[in-house]
Amino acid sequence: MAFSHSSIGAKTNDMHQSSFAPLSARRLLVLGGIGLILVGMLVGDIFAVFILHQNAARVGGGLASAAHAALAGDRPLVRASFQDVGSFLENRGTKVDTHVHMIDFGYLALMLAILQPWIDFRESTKRRLAWLFLVGAALLPVGVFLIHYIGLAYSPLQAIGWASIFADLGGLFVLIATLGLLFGLGKHYRSQVSAPLQDALLLNRSAPGRVLLVGGIAMVLAGFLHGAYYAGVDLYRHEALDASILTDMAKAAGANDAGMVDRSLEAYGQLQGDKAVKIAAHAHIIEFGLLAMLLALFQPYVSLRETWKSRWAYVLILGSVILPVCVLLELRFGLVAGGLADAGGLLVIVALLAMWIGILRQVGDAR
Amino acid sequence: MTGARQLLILGGIALALWGMGYGLWYAVFAEHQALNGIGSSLAAAFDASATRNPGAAEAAFNNYKQAKYVYDRQVDVHGHWIGLAMLLIVVGIAFDHVRLAEGSKLILASALLAGAVIFPLGVLLQTFDHGSIPRGIAIVGSALVITALAGITLGLVASQTSAD
Repeated sequence: MAFSHSSIGAKTNDMHQSSFAPLSARRLLVLGGIGLILVGMLVGDIFAVFILHQNAARVGGGLASAAHAALAGDRPLVRASFQDVGSFLENRGTKVDTHVHMIDFGYLALMLAILQPWIDFRESTKRRLAWLFLVGAALLPVGVFLIHYIGLAYSPLQAIGWASIFADLGGLFVLIATLGLLFGLGKHYRSQVSAPLQDALLLNRSAPGRVLLVGGIAMVLAGFLHGAYYAGVDLYRHEALDASILTDMAKAAGANDAGMVDRSLEAYGQLQGDKAVKIAAHAHIIEFGLLAMLLALFQPYVSLRETWKSRWAYVLILGSVILPVCVLLELRFGLVAGGLADAGGLLVIVALLAMWIGILRQVGDAR
Repeated sequence: MTGARQLLILGGIALALWGMGYGLWYAVFAEHQALNGIGSSLAAAFDASATRNPGAAEAAFNNYKQAKYVYDRQVDVHGHWIGLAMLLIVVGIAFDHVRLAEGSKLILASALLAGAVIFPLGVLLQTFDHGSIPRGIAIVGSALVITALAGITLGLVASQTSAD
C-alpha cells in the first residue's frame, strides 16, 4: 500500500499506529462519524421513498382546502386548513432536520478525527470528549425526530417538550466536546515545544484516495456552478412566481372562480416541485463531494485489498453523481428518475458501508 | 504547515464559529418570528379572500412576500457560511495534494476564503437593501469561490496525473 513512505520517520508511524488503536479517540470519531453519515443517509432514503411525496401531497391538499374554503367564504375552515398545513410542515421539517444533522455531525466527527494528533490532551481525555461528541450527535437527531410524535406530553414547560429538551441537550454535548477539542488544538499551537508533528494519514497518495479527492472536489465545483446558474436564472423568477400564484389563487377565491383556483393550485405545486429538485440537487452534489474528499483522507485505514478499495471509491463517486442528476430529472421523467435517484443513494450507502467495515477491520496498523 | 494551508484551516474554523454564532442568534431571535410572519400573513390573505376583501388580501400577500424573501436569505446565509467553512477546512487539510507553486496556492486559498466570507455577506445584505450592490457583492463572492475551486481542482488533477 502507498502508505509507507520512506520520508516518514519511525515516530510518525508509531504515532499513526497508536492514534488508531482500538477505542482511541480517532478511531471512535472515524467509525462513529461514518456510522452517523450512514444512518443519516438511510433515514434520508426512507424519508424520500415513504414520506416526502406523501407529505408534499398533504401540504398541497391543505393549501387546496384553504383556497376552496376561501372560495366558499368559510373562514373557520381556512384557519383549520392552515393549522393542518403547519402540522404537515412540522412533520416534514423534523424529518429533514434529523437527516441533515446526523450527516453534518458525521462530517464534523471526521474532521475532528483528522485533528486528533494535534490536540494536546491525554488520550483518555480525548476519548471522553469523543464519546461525549458521539452521544450528543446521536441524541440531537433522535430528539428532533421525536418532536412531532411526543409534542408537549408530560413536559414541565409550556412551549418546549421532552424531545426538544433532549435534542438541545445533545446539541450542548456536541458543542462542549467540539470546543474542548478545539481548546486542545489551541494548546498544541501555543506550546510548540516539540518538533512539528507529521500525520502519515495526510501523506497518503493511494489510487482510491486520489480518485475520491479529485472526484470530490469536481463534484463540489459542479454543485457551485449549478448553484450560480440557479441563482442567476431561477431564484428571482421562482420568488416572483411564488407570490404571484398565491395572489392569483386568493383573488380567484374572492371572485368565486373555482377553475382559476384549481389552475393556481396546480401551478403552485409545479413551482414547489421545481424549486425542491433544484435545491436538493445543488445541496446533495456538494455534500457528496465533501464526503468523498473526507473519505479520501481515511483510505489508509480501510483494511481491504487495493482493487476493492478502488472499486468502492468508484461506486461512491458513481452514486454521488447519479443521485443529484436524477433528482434534477424527476420533474421531466417522474418516478423513473426518482427510482434511479434512490438507487444512486443506495450505491453511496453500500460503498460507505463497505469502507466502514474495512475501517472496523483495521486495528492500529495501517501499513 | 504552509501559509496557504494555515489560511484555509484557521479561516475555515473561524468562519464555522461565525456561522454557528449567526445560526444561534438567528434561531433564538429571528427564526420563529420570521416563520410566524410568513404563516400568519398567508393565513390572513386567505382569510381576507374568504371575507371578499381584496385590499386586505393584497396587503397580506405583500407582507408574505417580504417575510419569505428575508427568511429564505437568512437561512441561505447560515447554511452557506457553515458549508463553505467545512469546505475550507477539508480543502485545507488536503491542500498538500494540490500540485501548484506555493505562491499560486496562497492566491487560490485567499480567493476561496474571501469568496466564502463575501458571498453569504452579499446575500445577507439583500435583506436590508434590494438594490444591485448587495447582489453584486454576492456575485463577486461566488465568482471568487468558483474560480478558486476550479484552480484547486486543476492542481489536484495535475497531482493525480503525475502520480499515475
